[in-house]
Amino acid sequence: MQLVAREGIFMKNIRNFCIIAHIDHGKSTLADRLLDATGSVTDREKQAQLLDNMDLERERGITIKSHAIQMDYVYNGEKYTLNLIDTPGHVDFSYEVSRSIAACEGALLIVDAAQSIQAQTISNLYLALENDLEIIPVLNKVDLPSANVEEVTDDIVDLLGCKAEEVIPASAKTGLGIDEILSAIIERIPPPKGNPDESLQALIFDSVYNPFRGVETYFRVLNGEIRKGQHIKFMATGKSYFADEVGTLKLKQQPKDVVKTGDVGYLITGIKEAKEVKVGDTITDSKNPTVNMIEGFEDVKPMVFAGIYPVDTEDYEELRNSMEKLQLNDASLVFIPESSAALGFGFRCGFLGMLHLEIIQERLEREFDMTVITTVPNVSYHAYTNKEPDTPILVNNPSDLPDPSKLNRVEEPYIKATIITKSDFVGSVMSLCIEKRGEITNQTYLTTERVELTFDMPLAEIVFDFYDRLKTVSKGYASFDYSPIGMRQSHLVKVDVLLNGNIVDALSALLHRDNAYDIGKKICEKLRQLIPRQQFDIPIQAAIGAKIIARETVKALRKDVTAKCYGGDISRKRKLLEKQKKGKKRMRQVGNVEIPQEAFMAVLKLND
Amino acid sequence: MSGIYIHIPFCKQACHYCDFHFSTSLKKKEELVNALCTELVLRKNELDGNVETIYFGGGTPSLLSSEELQQIFETIYSNFKVSENPEITLEANPDDLSKEQIHKFTNSQINRLSIGIQSFFEEDLKLMNRAHKASEALESIKEAKQYFENISIDLIYGIPGMSHERWKKNLEIALNLDVPHLSCYALTVEPKTALKKFIEKGIVPPVDEEAAKQHYEILLSETEKAGLENYEFSNFGKPGFHSRNNTAYWEGKPYLGIGPSAHSYDGKFRSWNIANNTKYIKSIEAGELPSEKELLSKQDKYNEYIMTGLRTKKGVFLGKVESEFGKKYSEYLLKQAENLLKNNLLILENETLKISKKGKFLSDGIAADLFLVNLD
Repeated sequence: MQLVAREGIFMKNIRNFCIIAHIDHGKSTLADRLLDATGSVTDREKQAQLLDNMDLERERGITIKSHAIQMDYVYNGEKYTLNLIDTPGHVDFSYEVSRSIAACEGALLIVDAAQSIQAQTISNLYLALENDLEIIPVLNKVDLPSANVEEVTDDIVDLLGCKAEEVIPASAKTGLGIDEILSAIIERIPPPKGNPDESLQALIFDSVYNPFRGVETYFRVLNGEIRKGQHIKFMATGKSYFADEVGTLKLKQQPKDVVKTGDVGYLITGIKEAKEVKVGDTITDSKNPTVNMIEGFEDVKPMVFAGIYPVDTEDYEELRNSMEKLQLNDASLVFIPESSAALGFGFRCGFLGMLHLEIIQERLEREFDMTVITTVPNVSYHAYTNKEPDTPILVNNPSDLPDPSKLNRVEEPYIKATIITKSDFVGSVMSLCIEKRGEITNQTYLTTERVELTFDMPLAEIVFDFYDRLKTVSKGYASFDYSPIGMRQSHLVKVDVLLNGNIVDALSALLHRDNAYDIGKKICEKLRQLIPRQQFDIPIQAAIGAKIIARETVKALRKDVTAKCYGGDISRKRKLLEKQKKGKKRMRQVGNVEIPQEAFMAVLKLND
Repeated sequence: MSGIYIHIPFCKQACHYCDFHFSTSLKKKEELVNALCTELVLRKNELDGNVETIYFGGGTPSLLSSEELQQIFETIYSNFKVSENPEITLEANPDDLSKEQIHKFTNSQINRLSIGIQSFFEEDLKLMNRAHKASEALESIKEAKQYFENISIDLIYGIPGMSHERWKKNLEIALNLDVPHLSCYALTVEPKTALKKFIEKGIVPPVDEEAAKQHYEILLSETEKAGLENYEFSNFGKPGFHSRNNTAYWEGKPYLGIGPSAHSYDGKFRSWNIANNTKYIKSIEAGELPSEKELLSKQDKYNEYIMTGLRTKKGVFLGKVESEFGKKYSEYLLKQAENLLKNNLLILENETLKISKKGKFLSDGIAADLFLVNLD
């Protein structure tokens, strides 16, 4: 029997769901448990955090890429197909999360029984509610001694307006509640609905780069079906392809002749570059295209910019190759060549956020063996000159800022920041946000203990040293999310750093006039700690234009020689000096000053 | 040409700064000397050519009895070809150099004494926990001079609380005694030593690098006036009295290291014995060498040549780098040296790179700058 819905039919044996959770609340472990309980993995394939298959994801305990996996589950004698779409858990990847959510009918909301609801969870939950997803609240880690089951259940009830009985107590660690979760997925999440007879309309929610097979596109079919060999079209890019292979996503890919309405699958077309596959794009039939492109598509825009340079200038071409390869599987990475007086040739890169920047830097080191220098990150400013006061000049690099004499004004991007914290920390969180030029716009008590604060803040302020300080002032009990709200005029000045009397352009930063002296001083202090003593004194200065605003000195080494070097000392000493040399090799020589990699990011960690 | 080093891992008491391998219990001395002799026999085929130098280091080799010394010499002479005019050094502590003791050494093949004076001042000796008194320091040299022409003494500078004047006085005493060879070391605070702990606890003030540097400058000028050549960073000698044993190390010549913790080098491999007396004895008694070894790559050898070459007055000869390691290495070396030459830390003369006077106290970092390494 088929239920006939208004816009199509229900695919009654399919369930598509995602998991909404804060970092460390147990999402990946719970996913592992579900795979286990549905027999989707053999013992041989078992390893912790199956879905997070990048080493980096496992180490950091976070999900960077979306993943999808299909499980078969027999419930009350009937066979069901469950598609789990695992989403990234960080604010840098909000757009990807939104597209994954759009591909589902339901969501497991996982809340740590000791930590309760966090800002990231709430913002994703709102996204899910906007998309009419059925929410199944799961109270995880109830076995922990610090679990606060009743109180957190109340928080969830308050937040969702659900009944306390609907909250499933669980422990991904012990397996408690897993069967209840599976039956709730089938009972409570509506089956997908769509019209199999309409022309193909499928949502791209992710893509994965495979060096042998090209880009694998992950999609959810809304209407129609996708067949092997079909001539298809991506609506946003306008490009057409042949569907060389389609299939469903078990732990390994299962090629199929067709992926039908409501189901989740993968597509291989021989596309070699990830940027051709845009998350949120609509796949349709090229001869008989749908008229309705799926709503919500956005071209992902980078939020943070930084220069990436090879430590050794001779490695520029190799770096370019590595970046190009990385871009093949990370379409959100953008870069253009630039040059710096201090660092030579490199690239100005755009990132989704600071985590994304760190990930790129680490992947360059791990996967391509490229040691790189990342310069002071900045956001994208608009500068206006007196000559053309209405034409914005895009400033993605402090050195692109027009000369102050010609400058009319500068605008910087603002965000709406949402912070959820305990009521005890409201005062300190507020002071931090005000110090970061934030203006409070709202304050809501979610429960008697939990407060949601919203601020308008310059994006640049959260790029510099915000997350860590928020964690510190709230003793870890604060979570944070943001969304852009446009450009606003600001009093910005360019602060230069001089080492040994020479401006190191890669260390320049655009700062608010009121903070420039204070931050300039801190930058100098931080650099003094980070730059190792060398064979001569190294003056460090911060300057606005010709005016020096702060000064420190790295004192020259007095003694750098071992007294004895006889038969038994030679090997040991050689190894010691080799280590010293390796350390130096990882540094960048600017003029005759050796600067360690981390010094270029020093401005981010001024309060450590 | 080759050398034999024999490590005597016993001391009467532990000096607070020392991180060499030794034991303050003398119970196993006899067993150990037997093991040293067995090791010499086991390794008798490892050295080609004549043995030019023999060096007893430690620990405190002056704790050896005449019989023990004789036993070792007999083993060496019956298993190795010793040249006609070898340099045979024994490290000795002032408290072991009574008239009778010195006499005992003169009856052996020993022809050079290296005396661990460290300082002629009681305060310094106490701070370092040396076993001898200031008076013994002076007397031992006077006594030794009657029997040995080739004498070296060790002095330490940069000791916490040591004034420039006191250091100068130390040098004056040594030079007035007309000692033909000096080894002078900046006090180095090694990890896991008593000195390190005392400094951490604030019992002893920290080492003042600026003072050490000035002491070194005093050392350079005083020794120069006295006609001692600074032929290696810490070593000063009259012509004809430079240590042949140590020079061989710096020139990359092969040497056989006998005893616990001793290192050997055969031109290809560097090996080192276990730094544990009991395990050493046990293994040797079972006929097995308790050692580990590593093959030196071309790059390792280049780095060692740079490191040792720059410490000596001979410097690093570009011709040798080119002939031994190839043009790639000599070109790399010159490129790396550019900045150091510009900053007057290195000098290039007669195709040879040498550390300048300004660079001497920074020579480790300078050597490292010239090293070739691969990032892992």
